[in-house]
Parts: sequence; structure tokens; C-alpha cells
Amino acid sequence: MSTIELRKVTKRFGSFTAVKDVDLSVAAGEVVCLLGPSGCGKTTTLRVIAGLERVTDGEIVVAGKVMNNLPPEKRDIAMVFQFYALYPSASIAENIAFPLYHDGISGAERTARVNRVAAILHLEHVLDRLPNQISEGEKQRAAMARAIVRDPNCFLFDEPLSRLDVELRQTMRGQIKEVLQGLSKATVIVTHDQLEALTMANRIAIMKDGLIEQVGSPHEVFAKPANAFVASFIGTPQMNLLEADLKTFADGTADMTVAGTSLAIRTDAAVARLQPGKVTIGVRPRAFTPTDTGDRGTISARAELIEPMGAETLIHARTAAGADIRVVVTRSQRVKVGEALNLRPDPRQTHVFDGAGKAVRS
Amino acid sequence: MAESILGKLGFRRASGVDEAGWGRTLAVAVVAFIYFLPVLFIIFTAFKPQGDALLVPPTLSPTSLFGLIPDHFVFKPTLENFGSVFSRSMTPDGAPEATGFDRYFFNSIFIASASVLLALVIGTLAAFGFSRYPLKGNDTYLFIILTTRMLPAIVVIIPVILMFRVVGLSGSYLGIIMLYTAFNLAFTIWMMKSFFDELSPDVEDAARIDGSSGMRVFFKICLPQVIAGLAATFVFGLILTWNEFLFALLLSGPDTRTVPVAMNQAVSSGGRGTDWTLLAAIETLFLVPVFLVTFFLQNHLLRGVTFGTVKR
Repeated sequence: MSTIELRKVTKRFGSFTAVKDVDLSVAAGEVVCLLGPSGCGKTTTLRVIAGLERVTDGEIVVAGKVMNNLPPEKRDIAMVFQFYALYPSASIAENIAFPLYHDGISGAERTARVNRVAAILHLEHVLDRLPNQISEGEKQRAAMARAIVRDPNCFLFDEPLSRLDVELRQTMRGQIKEVLQGLSKATVIVTHDQLEALTMANRIAIMKDGLIEQVGSPHEVFAKPANAFVASFIGTPQMNLLEADLKTFADGTADMTVAGTSLAIRTDAAVARLQPGKVTIGVRPRAFTPTDTGDRGTISARAELIEPMGAETLIHARTAAGADIRVVVTRSQRVKVGEALNLRPDPRQTHVFDGAGKAVRS
Repeated sequence: MAESILGKLGFRRASGVDEAGWGRTLAVAVVAFIYFLPVLFIIFTAFKPQGDALLVPPTLSPTSLFGLIPDHFVFKPTLENFGSVFSRSMTPDGAPEATGFDRYFFNSIFIASASVLLALVIGTLAAFGFSRYPLKGNDTYLFIILTTRMLPAIVVIIPVILMFRVVGLSGSYLGIIMLYTAFNLAFTIWMMKSFFDELSPDVEDAARIDGSSGMRVFFKICLPQVIAGLAATFVFGLILTWNEFLFALLLSGPDTRTVPVAMNQAVSSGGRGTDWTLLAAIETLFLVPVFLVTFFLQNHLLRGVTFGTVKR
């Protein structure tokens, strides 16, 4: 079976810990995205799976076999590199055929396989060219073709789309997804682009400082972020995280001070377990409803900057106490700079994070 | 039009760079001609009749260029001098004898190419090691290697002569080839290391993941990417070795003498003073091999070291 399993994997470079106690399992046919800001250890994790770095601690299990001490050439893994890493002195056809030389495949079979993947990835017309004679998109597809030409245990992608322009990125995203669906292999994709992760992955692992903060389906990590970091990392525009002082909780309504104003906001029932004190309230920009009159259930703020985004409009507002709030409203709702807004957060989309930043949820 | 001729010769123009106009090209040509003048003078001298070499004012051209150059500056070209490089009479009335220069030319070509190739093989492997599998204190090793080239030949020649005497390498091919190989190694290692350092490590990682062993990565992936570097290192090493005089003078024997040494002896022996036309003929012949090698490798030399693998 094509599976990947990481058991308590730790990678240290000298005194620096790049990856810390990472547990992750990828089932056959599943696509898992490692998502995180730069330097969070996601690429190191990928290189550890590939065998390009040795683990300091823990176990790498690929297709049921512990791979810790095997060099990359013995792991039977295919990887697509961020900068494609095509062999510059070989033609595209030779590049794609390269992994096949080690499997004892005959010349005719090799050509047939190269032609087959070239057809899948629309590369027939560039097979005779050298890597520096083709476009970025073609390079990307050639790197992909080289990965899928044989039948490896699993696939690894390191920032596969980061060098493409926006338009090409969208097309390639679809193409990669389509190709991967047809292969049913365990796949790990590293990316710093949440849109890429949300669209391509079955599950997303969000990393920060070498730790996995949350693993879940794209829907889960968006709708039920495990902590304030995940909440702010996933979703554009970013979720609003407001410092608050929790007083009491009764009947599904939390009484608290947010940015100097006393508010009564409907929240998750689990908030009842919290001791009064510092918490963080998270509300997505699209989860506010501007109302005409303010009450204790609304946050009042003044619009400072307005950014039309096409179908929607992004409003940067500021409360009297100076907290920034981003609100997204539909295009039809006209708001002027300087206008006072009363913003009612959607109780089902209002997240409460405790003093340590962990989500409070029943 | 001029460009297309150069194009046919294999010259390539970097894209996105404006070609200079005719004015600048002409100015550069004039400067280049001034630099080339001594070489041209030697080549012309090689074709002059023996008596013409020391004429004042000197004769300057083998042709009057359709009457453009006054007759007393024109000499009548002859190939006689080239013949006497290989065979001439050693006494005023003696019969022509072989001078042994065919052997000396063979020696120069054999010794120079053997030692440069040997240095290239050893040095490239060493450079790859220094680049990819660094030792503790890697830079110190590299520095020590470079120190072997910091002393002028004259300083180390005495111990080298003694060592060669003791082990019986004086006057042998093996001895002089070993010496030149060692001489070229420092340069080769430094040159090739910088070429390997430039390569993208991703490409090698990809090759390993695709199933290649370390050896295969080196031969199939790395080496093809540094061909320009190999060519450049080869040419520079060849030129240095080809022209080397001091070691060759003191360490080669009668059978292993190289052209620079033989040249020195040919023009200063016989007690007839210096035969300038003969010297010019030897020098002209001596230029040809290095010129040819450089000419055929110039595409690689010009290509530089960026291959478009990775644009960061």
C-alpha cells in the first residue's frame, strides 16, 4: 500500500530544532498539504521523508517499511522540486525517462511510458528541447511528468506552483489535482499558499516553529481552527482576533469587555468552563453584519479605509479603543470613510480562544 | 552581415545586450592590433629570408598591398626557416642534419596534455569532494593546496632536483609529468570547486530521489553541467604547462626535452650569434597547437558558467 507515516519525527540542525515530534499519517490516495509560514519546518519535513535529510529522532514509515536508514535512491519516492530541478544538459524526454533507467525497463517500454505521460501533461511538442528552452509552465509539467513516469511509493511536492504566474497557477492546480486523483498514491504537498492547500488537499497540516498545530480537512481547519494561530493563518482576509476580558457566561451569552466596550456576545456553550479573565475573540471578516442601531451585542467602529475587491468590499474599521477590525460586505452595501458602523458578529462563527490561544469549543 | 559570419563560426551573442556600433568596434580593433603587433612581427620574421631579420629599417610586410607599401619595407616570404627548424647544417659547410625538433614537439605535446589531463581527472574528483563532502576545516585544506603555488619555481627547484635525483626521476617522462600534474592540481581544484559550487543542489537531490547512486549523480548529472569549466581549466592549464621553462630546463633529459628548452639551446649554440629567423620559425610553430586547442574550445570558454538550471 502506498502510505506515509511519520512517528514522533524530530530533526535538529545543531542546536536548532527544525521539526519537533511530528506525527502524521497519509493514506493511499490521500493528499496532505503541509502549510505554514516560511521557516516553519515544512520543507524539512518533506526532505526528511525523501531521505535528503536524516531524522534525528522518530520513524519514517513509507509503504509499511521503516525508511530511516535508507538513502533517497532506495526509498522509491518521487518528488517535484520548487525550482523543478530538471537536468539541464538532458532533453525533456531524457529528463522524464531518467528515473526509468534504474528499474531495468527496456528502451521501447521507456519510450512508450515517456510518451504516455507526455500526452497526459501536454508535453509532446517539447520533448526534444532542453530545459532552458521551455516556459515555466512546461518546466513545471516536465518535473511532474518525471515524477509520475514510474510507479513510486508516494509523491512529494515542494511548493509546486510558487514560480508560476497567477493564471497558470490556477490551471496547474486543477491539473495536478486531476493527475493525483488518477494515481491513488499517498501525496504530501508543501506550500505556504493557503489557497493551494485548501483547493488541492484532502487534509491540511498547519505547521509553526517545527510543530504541527492542527491536522484536518480544509473545511475543519477553516471552520474549527484549533488555536488562534491556525485561525489567523487560514482564511483571507485574516480573521479578526480581539483581546477581550471575560466577565460571566450565562444562557449562551458571554459578558465581556472588548476593546474597552462592555459587550454581551453569543458564543459556544463550552465557554462556561472558562474562568473569568483574558480571552481572545475571533470573528472572520465575513461573519459580521452591519446594523443600523447599536446595542450590547454589537461592536461599534469607524470605517477608516475601504478596498473594493470586486464582488465584495473590504472595510478597515477602528474601534474607539483603537482595535482594528476587518469587515467584508457585499458590493451592494455602500459604506463611506468615516462612517460609524455597528457590527454584529455571527454567534455560530464567533470563536473564543483561552489565555493560551487554544480554541474553546464543545 | 559581419554578425552572420561570426554566427557561422559559432559565436553567440548574449540576448538582451546591445551590440556596439562600428566606431567602437573599430577603436577596439585598433587597440587589439597594437597588442597583436609583437606576435605578428614574430610570425612575419619566421617567413623572412635569413638576412632580412636585422635590417634597419625593418621590412614589415610580405606584400606591397597593391603598391600601398613602399618596396623597401616589403620582404620576399620564404618557408626555408621552417625547414631548418627540423633539419639544417650544423657547421658552415656541413651537410644538413636532423635537429631533433620533431621529438621536442612531440615531448611538449605529450607532456603538457598528459599532465593537464591527469590534473583535470584528479582535480575534478577532488574538487567535487571538497564541494559536496566538506571535511572539518575544509577551507584550511583548500588554502594549503593553494600555498603550493605561492612560491616561485626558482625557490622550490633545488629541493625538487634533489628529490628527483634520489628517486631517479630526472630526465624521465614520468618525472616531469608528475611535476606538472602537481603544478596544475592546485589551480584545477580551485577552478573546478567554484564550478561545482555554482550547481543547484536540487538537481542532484532530484537525481538521487530518481534512483541514482552518488557515482551516477556525479557522472550523469554534475559532470555534463561543468563541461565549460573543464574546457576553461584545460586551456588555462595547457597554456601554463606548454610555456613552462625553468622546471623543464633543469629536469628534462636529452630525450624528454620540451620545445622551450630546445629553442633556447638551438639559437644560442653554434657560436654564430642568434639566428633570429630560425627562432621566429620555432616560435611560430610553437604557437600553433595551443592556438588550435583554444580555438576549438572557445565556444565552451565563452559560454560561461550559467546554464539556466535554476533562476533564483
